[in-house]
Amino acid sequence: MNAFNSLIDGFGTALTPLNLLWAAVGVLLGTAIGVLPGIGPAMAVALLLPVTYGLEPTGAFIMFAGIYYGAMFGGSTTSILLNTPGESAAVVAAMEGHPMARAGRGAQALAAAAIGHFAGGMIGTLLLVALAPTVADLAVGIGAPDYFAIMVLAFVAVTSVLGSSRIRGLASLLIGLTIGLVGLDQMTGQQRLTFGSLQLADGIDVVIVAVGLFAIGEALWVAAHLRRTGAEAIPVGRPWLGRNDVRRTWKSWLRGPLIGFPFGAIPAGGAEIPTFLSYVTEKRLSKHKEEWGKGAIEGVAGPESAASASAAGTLVSMLTLGLPTTAVAAVMLAAFQQYGIQPGPLLFEREPDLVWGLIASLFVGMVLLLALNLPLAPLWAKLLRVPRPYLYAGILFFAAVGAYAVGGEPADLVILLVIGLIGFGMRRYGLPVLPAVIGVILGPNAEQQLRRALQISDGGVGGLVDTPFSVTVYGLIVVIVAWPLLTKALARARRRDGGA
Amino acid sequence: MTATDVPPAERGRRAWLREHSELGVCVLLLLLGALVLTDALTMDVEITQRGPIGPKTVPVAVGTGLLVVALLLAIDVLRGGRGEAEGGEDIDLSEPADWRTVLLLAGVFLATAVLIEPLGFPIAGALLFWGSAYALGSRHPDRDPLIAAVLSVLTYVVFNNLLGVPLPGGPLMGVL
Repeated sequence: MNAFNSLIDGFGTALTPLNLLWAAVGVLLGTAIGVLPGIGPAMAVALLLPVTYGLEPTGAFIMFAGIYYGAMFGGSTTSILLNTPGESAAVVAAMEGHPMARAGRGAQALAAAAIGHFAGGMIGTLLLVALAPTVADLAVGIGAPDYFAIMVLAFVAVTSVLGSSRIRGLASLLIGLTIGLVGLDQMTGQQRLTFGSLQLADGIDVVIVAVGLFAIGEALWVAAHLRRTGAEAIPVGRPWLGRNDVRRTWKSWLRGPLIGFPFGAIPAGGAEIPTFLSYVTEKRLSKHKEEWGKGAIEGVAGPESAASASAAGTLVSMLTLGLPTTAVAAVMLAAFQQYGIQPGPLLFEREPDLVWGLIASLFVGMVLLLALNLPLAPLWAKLLRVPRPYLYAGILFFAAVGAYAVGGEPADLVILLVIGLIGFGMRRYGLPVLPAVIGVILGPNAEQQLRRALQISDGGVGGLVDTPFSVTVYGLIVVIVAWPLLTKALARARRRDGGA
Repeated sequence: MTATDVPPAERGRRAWLREHSELGVCVLLLLLGALVLTDALTMDVEITQRGPIGPKTVPVAVGTGLLVVALLLAIDVLRGGRGEAEGGEDIDLSEPADWRTVLLLAGVFLATAVLIEPLGFPIAGALLFWGSAYALGSRHPDRDPLIAAVLSVLTYVVFNNLLGVPLPGGPLMGVL
């Protein structure tokens, strides 16, 4: 019952007026960002990183988590009413939700999505409460070799699981690692890639890299291909569900988290895969197969519930191991670094107020989100009419504020633009952005852990694999790397059998 | 020179280059790798080395990795592999890229970097927003500057006075 007591203490932290305010600000911003096209939760948290200079950590993380969960809620609104998903996690919501809206059942689709997010978020967060302390306890003795193994796992996972091309993922990761190298070596003070510049000797701040790649790169890329004819949103009334709809959806709401939560916790691309798996599962189990593709309500309820539960799963790996499995988690990890806090097994011991306050605030945020989204959905849908020039000009504006706030140096704005142009080129040629961001955030840390581990073992490479934990992680890495080769070999063998 | 003046061989080569423009990414990765390796190998670390691996090892690994990836990517492109341009709800990939807007936005952003200290954040920020909105196609001479000014001053007050993140006030804030 230790976790339960800690959670009660956490509510004490989360329910102070100031932290309640931050939670409210977070979910409001998050919903707006989810609804607005072009801004994802990762970009939003990146743009808000400068508040870490003025805010104490608990309030900042409560706000960031509110944005993460809120964007999930808001994203489905765009999918259902406009058929253009606001978030990659909301792609599936469009498949059944948009036909429902076209058939005049938009209100029911929005309700099924909102309650699905609520159920998924609640169950996911309960699992987080139950599991996170155990994982942290198991991992509490881990040292430098284990940390290094986890970071290698993060690198391998983001480059080979996400995106369609491993080689492009690897190129992106190496670009990120290179940016992370710039500055003074943390152990010896040796200058690296600074070219004698005092500006570069401090290194390139993670805030500037994240804002440049996520915000400037995205704004420039959209500007180059701005859609001139906007899609029209379907007008919709207040969301509600009839008794018949509830009878069809309640099982889907409960099944979603079982798929979403585990997928969020592993580095497999966040909510995209679990929402799709949930969709397929619901379709197979449905008693109304003829409705699929034309607006089956289970196809909205299940995947949306899975999406929010995966966000909770993401927080388990981020808080207990310091392993970011999605872009939002990566940027939140950067925020932890800004405060000089190292997420990992010791976080629960060293910063119990922060962690449990954050977890308790997730429950608070979920209730706020349900209250905000059910009655106000038609109002949120109006955000879709924001003129695009203002939207993207606003992104550039806040990106500039964020980069300048880092050190008050105009030169940082130039570095920001250069990184933004790199982000633009990466989007043009299909290099995923996430590996680069993970490379910048984890790269320097991984190098330090590697060198520390080798210092302990006096240079012996065996020192990297002398704990059961690190061996397990490297085993996982081998499976991830070998998986596509294995399936290819299997397919070839099968074809040969068929031909013989 | 129009397309008809160009000899067929030349035209074919251009089309090939346009088709394989992703090779430019390989060249950039190659250059970056060479840069990282040169920097790492010219490092003078005799005195500062502590532990079995010094500040050189990781840069050498990253630089080598960049060279290898540049080669592998080039092979992939020549074999017909293409990086998929990123889609999005406001993105229309059927039209050619609008370079004018991108250059204008980059120019406005650079101007902000130059102007932020002499003019202060409220003025430079408002110019950034107005200029960007203009570049993106907004033409409301009454509404645009007003929104820009309100947003900029509001942001200045929130960051400078409420969050305690200092921004330069410039002459405008000196007057007020």
